[in-house]
Amino acid sequence: MNPTVVIRPSRGTFDLDLISLYRSWELLYFLVWRDVKVRYKQTFLGVAWAVLQPVITMLLFTAVFGRLAGLDSNGIPYPVFALIALVPWMYFSQAVGRASTSVVNNAGLVTKVYFPRLAIPISAVLAPLVDLIAGLGIVVVLLAWYRIVPGWSVVALPFLVLLCAGTALAVSLWMCALCVKYRDVGIVVPFLLQCWLWVSPVAYSLNAVPAKWRLLYGLNPMVGVIEGFRWAFAGTAAPDMTLIAASSLVVVLLLVGGTVYFKHTEQTFADLV
Amino acid sequence: MSPIAIRVAQLGKKYQIGAARRRHDTLRDRLVHGVGSMFRRSEPTPLETFWALRDVSFDVQRGEVLGIIGRNGAGKSTLLKILSRITVPTTGQVDIYGRLGSLLEVGTGFNSELTGRENIYLNGAIMGMRKAEIDRQLDAIVDFAEVGVFLDTPVKKYSSGMYVRLAFAVAAHLNPDILIVDEVLAVGDAAFQKKCLGKMGHVAKEGRTVLFVSHSMATVQNLCTTGLVLDKGGVSFWGSSGDAVAHYVSAISRHDFGWADLSDHPGRAGDMPSLIQSIALRAADAGTFRDTITTGDDVTFEISYDTGSLELDYAAIGVNSHLGERVCTVGTHLSPGFHGRFRGKGTLECRLPHLALTPGEYSLIVAIGTNLPRRNVDAVDDALRFRVEPGDYYGTGEKVLYGQGHFAQRSDWRLAREASQMLA
Repeated sequence: MNPTVVIRPSRGTFDLDLISLYRSWELLYFLVWRDVKVRYKQTFLGVAWAVLQPVITMLLFTAVFGRLAGLDSNGIPYPVFALIALVPWMYFSQAVGRASTSVVNNAGLVTKVYFPRLAIPISAVLAPLVDLIAGLGIVVVLLAWYRIVPGWSVVALPFLVLLCAGTALAVSLWMCALCVKYRDVGIVVPFLLQCWLWVSPVAYSLNAVPAKWRLLYGLNPMVGVIEGFRWAFAGTAAPDMTLIAASSLVVVLLLVGGTVYFKHTEQTFADLV
Repeated sequence: MSPIAIRVAQLGKKYQIGAARRRHDTLRDRLVHGVGSMFRRSEPTPLETFWALRDVSFDVQRGEVLGIIGRNGAGKSTLLKILSRITVPTTGQVDIYGRLGSLLEVGTGFNSELTGRENIYLNGAIMGMRKAEIDRQLDAIVDFAEVGVFLDTPVKKYSSGMYVRLAFAVAAHLNPDILIVDEVLAVGDAAFQKKCLGKMGHVAKEGRTVLFVSHSMATVQNLCTTGLVLDKGGVSFWGSSGDAVAHYVSAISRHDFGWADLSDHPGRAGDMPSLIQSIALRAADAGTFRDTITTGDDVTFEISYDTGSLELDYAAIGVNSHLGERVCTVGTHLSPGFHGRFRGKGTLECRLPHLALTPGEYSLIVAIGTNLPRRNVDAVDDALRFRVEPGDYYGTGEKVLYGQGHFAQRSDWRLAREASQMLA
């Protein structure tokens, strides 16, 4: 009879053991459920926060960038323009912020019990999807207020959410594996996200970026995500397919690289964390 | 099914010494070292390494209950961590036949905001149970844990006893083919400990394999069929549990069994000189080293020091509970009968008449220092561990038991006359 499990010094670079991750989908479910539940358990306003944050930010953006600066909003009302971008952006920022420190924050688990370590960052990236869904609800309300009816392009939404979550996971895998060794990551990530916001077309439109820089700009996967959201909901110009392709390619590369790096370092997590 | 449950071959685990200090490397360190080396051209200091486990091989048969014993630092925890797949070995291989559940800690992954029921599911899932399995076992778990009506209360409102019971209950219903347990039984009250041991014995009778790490020789002897003694990362004995315990006790009767070499001890802060050489715990009458004493015993601590030319004013011993709380402190400066300073090589004896510590696990911190300025010159944390067992402190025939508080206190009682007359 073959052994159920063989424990050996080091496994190959591409031995990602995704099967055991798949087998523990129930664990993934419980970890996500824990994150969601615990997050709102002791807050006074509870899930209302998931609605308040994008709405308040949207109002500020409208006041500052829409009114004061008078930025172009692709021919749709600025509040709609801003909110549609803020919802995926806030999800991304929350997911990366939480997932980057997730392994360190779960040190108690990592040093005491075995389970596929990938479940930790993945669950941290999945949990804020609840907020994203609440955010999409407000988008729908705002669209109704402005009497904007999304076209058939709205069917692209699941793909765009997947691209957004994929981006968040790709970045998080790198960050949380690095964070185990270099605690600086905990400080760098919020700053990185702050910078990232301004190099993504959240407050302004992609049109504001000079054409010759677009492709380079498109290497930021959030560009494709945000422009895609605007197109899906408000029927703004369809995003350039090369842009979406570039974004997707970057995400896939980051994701594969991140998974390999994560799996490569996870063996030392328990010794370092 | 294979008759073999676990096969361990030439297993080794190497750690880098100083890793503890380097583990929070910051990017700055990396950058500074990187830039510095461009100018310095010096060889990078080779990392010192040490083998926490080296060339360990053994087979465990199905249905065997293996007790793993050894001193602190002998490699027991490392072995368990490798077997539980928490960390990866440096050399060798382990084959595991069947589903393995490990219990290195009670309540791993418990979240205090969640209710008992929610934690059962979360904890079960973390330990590798499927939801359907937990559904099936839920009643048994709740029953075993005796939490009943508090099932839907957040566990932060639980007493520590309830918390531990619930956590163990989940683990006990994991039903793996191979169960790894690390002395989690040191928690909880006596009755619950007994219940846990009973459950483990039951698991073993069902033909499952159990690996059990313990400091309690009695438990190993009663519960285990086979014993493995680890010493300095290697296997020093393998045989029946009775022989293993005998081997362990005889091999270390003068070492770390109520005696610890402190000349090079991890509990000392990095910048302190090694002045304290050793600490010993003796029963006052028999004079042998002990790591298990009884409430009400007369015991003696011995601190051996070598201060060189340094003249010191005091020595002190802090007794900490297993939770790390200071239970009491004794010291030369706190003893009305002790006058004088000390230097060079010597031994200080500290007698504790009629020990008032209640049963439990304790750990000592030892310090010596000067009065002007008042500071510890050398201090060693977690210098020695010992166990206090129930004893007849009061001379009444009633033993001081687990869970009766932090110390024993004599008390005088009488029936007040007025009250007794009223009753009559």
